[in-house]
Amino acid sequence: MGGGNNQSSALTGESSPWGRLLKYSVYRGVALFLTTVVGVYLTILIANLGGHVDEIRRAQIREAVGALVLANPDLQVLPPTELRRLMDQQVVLEETRLGLERPFLVRSLGYLTDALSLSLGRAEHLTSDSGSRQVRLILLERLPPTLLLFVTAYLALFCISLVAGLFLSRRYGSFLDRATIALAPTSAAPAWFYGIFLILVFAAWLKVLPFGGMVAAPPPVSTWEYGVDVLRHMVLPVTAILIGAVFLSIYSSRTFFLVYSNEDYVEMAKAKGLPAAAIERRYILRPALPPILTGFALSLIGIWTGSIILEIVFNWPGIGRLLFQAIGLYDTPVIVASVVIYAYLLAITVFVLDIVYALVDPRVKIGADGGTP
Amino acid sequence: MAGLALVVVLVVVAVGAVIAIPYDEAIQLWRGGEAIWIETPRNALPGWVNVLPGVNLPETIALRASQRVTGTVPEQSGGVRAAALAVSFDYQYDDFPSEVALFFEAAFEQRQPLASVSWLMPDGRRVSLGEQTVGASTRYVVSQDQRLSQRLGGLPPEMGLFTDQRLDPPQAGRVLKGRYELAVDGLLFEEKSDLGVKLVVYGKVHGVAGTDHRRRDLAVALLWGTPIALAFGLLAAVGSSVTTLAIAAVGVWYGGWIDAAIQRVTEVNAILPALPILILVTTFYSRSLWVILAVVILLNIFSLGIKFYRAFFLQVRESPYIEAARAYGAGSRRIIVRYMIPRVLPLLAPGFVTAIPSFVFLETSLAFLGLGDPSLPTWGKILNDAYQNGALYKGYYYWVLQPSALLMLTGLSFAMVGFALDRVLNPRLRLQ
Repeated sequence: MGGGNNQSSALTGESSPWGRLLKYSVYRGVALFLTTVVGVYLTILIANLGGHVDEIRRAQIREAVGALVLANPDLQVLPPTELRRLMDQQVVLEETRLGLERPFLVRSLGYLTDALSLSLGRAEHLTSDSGSRQVRLILLERLPPTLLLFVTAYLALFCISLVAGLFLSRRYGSFLDRATIALAPTSAAPAWFYGIFLILVFAAWLKVLPFGGMVAAPPPVSTWEYGVDVLRHMVLPVTAILIGAVFLSIYSSRTFFLVYSNEDYVEMAKAKGLPAAAIERRYILRPALPPILTGFALSLIGIWTGSIILEIVFNWPGIGRLLFQAIGLYDTPVIVASVVIYAYLLAITVFVLDIVYALVDPRVKIGADGGTP
Repeated sequence: MAGLALVVVLVVVAVGAVIAIPYDEAIQLWRGGEAIWIETPRNALPGWVNVLPGVNLPETIALRASQRVTGTVPEQSGGVRAAALAVSFDYQYDDFPSEVALFFEAAFEQRQPLASVSWLMPDGRRVSLGEQTVGASTRYVVSQDQRLSQRLGGLPPEMGLFTDQRLDPPQAGRVLKGRYELAVDGLLFEEKSDLGVKLVVYGKVHGVAGTDHRRRDLAVALLWGTPIALAFGLLAAVGSSVTTLAIAAVGVWYGGWIDAAIQRVTEVNAILPALPILILVTTFYSRSLWVILAVVILLNIFSLGIKFYRAFFLQVRESPYIEAARAYGAGSRRIIVRYMIPRVLPLLAPGFVTAIPSFVFLETSLAFLGLGDPSLPTWGKILNDAYQNGALYKGYYYWVLQPSALLMLTGLSFAMVGFALDRVLNPRLRLQ
């Protein structure tokens, strides 16, 4: 280890692998943050183009002022024209206070800081389970179920595709290999599509697994039973995600393993007499991981966007289903905030993958066009 | 290759659908409404289930009254005439009809005719269905007549009027097969009055694909969904692939800050979540299919595929014939268009073909959420209707399975072709 370490330090000029990693993380973090800022800004622009949200705000102000003025007993004695004049005055005051007469571009920066600092305002119709109208709390309540489902599914997908890909690369041309290739096109259909079929078979027909939701109603009392119940409800959605992505992942990782096991240095290692497990780990797995991670990242993004419908199909209480409810209620603040959260989740996913990429690929250097291609 | 054959089949179906049912007619059929679909049953199974052994579900019987006997009613004067109308049919199915309805048509000036309806069953029983005055066009839905239901022992009329009572009284549930007759005795109060009646015994199967909750024949939507899905997928794939390619080529050729800018824009685009943004656009602005198509293409121009094309173009840029072209003074645009882009087109093909089903499913996703184009009959719309009406819980599996099968077929066929193309054309995947 000593010799190798010195060599790498001499080449890169870094003090230690961990220092390199830290610097890389910071660099990528900042770059990703900037990209996220731009992305969120674009989202805000899209949501506000056409002045739709402004109209809602003006209507809200008018309504609120009208209600206030009419409810005030002292003002009842005034003639109607006076009342109207008073209301118009108040409306102008409110609009100035909220800055609605400022040009939109200037205000959009304000919305941007709001979105980035996650002060997301109040919902129009939805309420969180704890009774709050704050969008931030509503979203926070819905985030853990989504994360639970998708992190579990991704980890399972990644492990399965690596193990199966490695297994198949050693059996090129065998029946299993050809079966996997034949099944690879099944990944054309998104996860929620298979979800419907799974519900049909396992819930409607065989009646062994629940139709949807995260826990049974009423939920079990003890923590252990609650956990088991959640797991039981997770089986079908996770399976749906897996079916929708696994064959393609196995196919691509197996292809990469095949490509890298034909390299000369693998022949060298075999000639040297290294055990098969060591060859696989050091000479095949290590160089194949970066492109596999890239492909995995692409499929991840696909799964994220499909997650909305998956959650609806399975009635899973996550952000996707929340977005759908907000659409039905035309609750603008929640809709915009959910899209922003999705942008964040995507950014975090990319960031985590970049870190893993840096851990795995020692050729990644700061300043070069590194990171997940 | 199986995939290619399937694609051809799909294209043929798509073209056929457009020719057989012209666009305007399709939209009108799909918009539905009573005038068009009133004589089809609700939520009927596809007709071919009757091929299965042991299944003998009723089809819809719609008959206009035949005999018309008019004479004068002796007791009354003043030109009151009697009319007797009868409809008879043979019922040999194993299951009860889903609904029964009578459609009266009367011509009169002021005084509406009176109709007295009775039902004659094969075993000789006669059930009176009451009397009513008839307007210009009146619909009497027999199966929703509560008093009739009570008179039939609590059974819904469409069952009570067809039950074999020789077994145990009413709950036997067995269909009495044989010759049924509907008799209408009408009283016409004016010289020129006229009365006509049509009996519709709604079946439980209809057509090739069944019907939905609004009595629309699903075959229309399934057929017409084909060209729409294919067109959308194709246009989106072409639009995004070609523009992505062009931009990658431009970036690689000019290099420098243009290249870096394109890279940054690509990263930003990767952060923008596609479906949520489409949801935003369709909720706030427009749900027209063209708008959706435009936004999808826009979001996919700067996709991550740029990296692959970029790597390839970088390779191509250093090749000798490009150098030669530069040496004899060819302009940048010429080099890009004439030399670089044609080189990469074979690489484009597999990705392009594999992208088509993902766009088809994207449009389906939007329609499933209820945000698709509301006037177009697409497969996603069928799924949306099915889901909104609880198809899986109510057991209307055909409603969900038929569009899903077509979607699966489309996806698989294009994916298979794309994979085959990939194995042939992608140099990285060539193994000895």
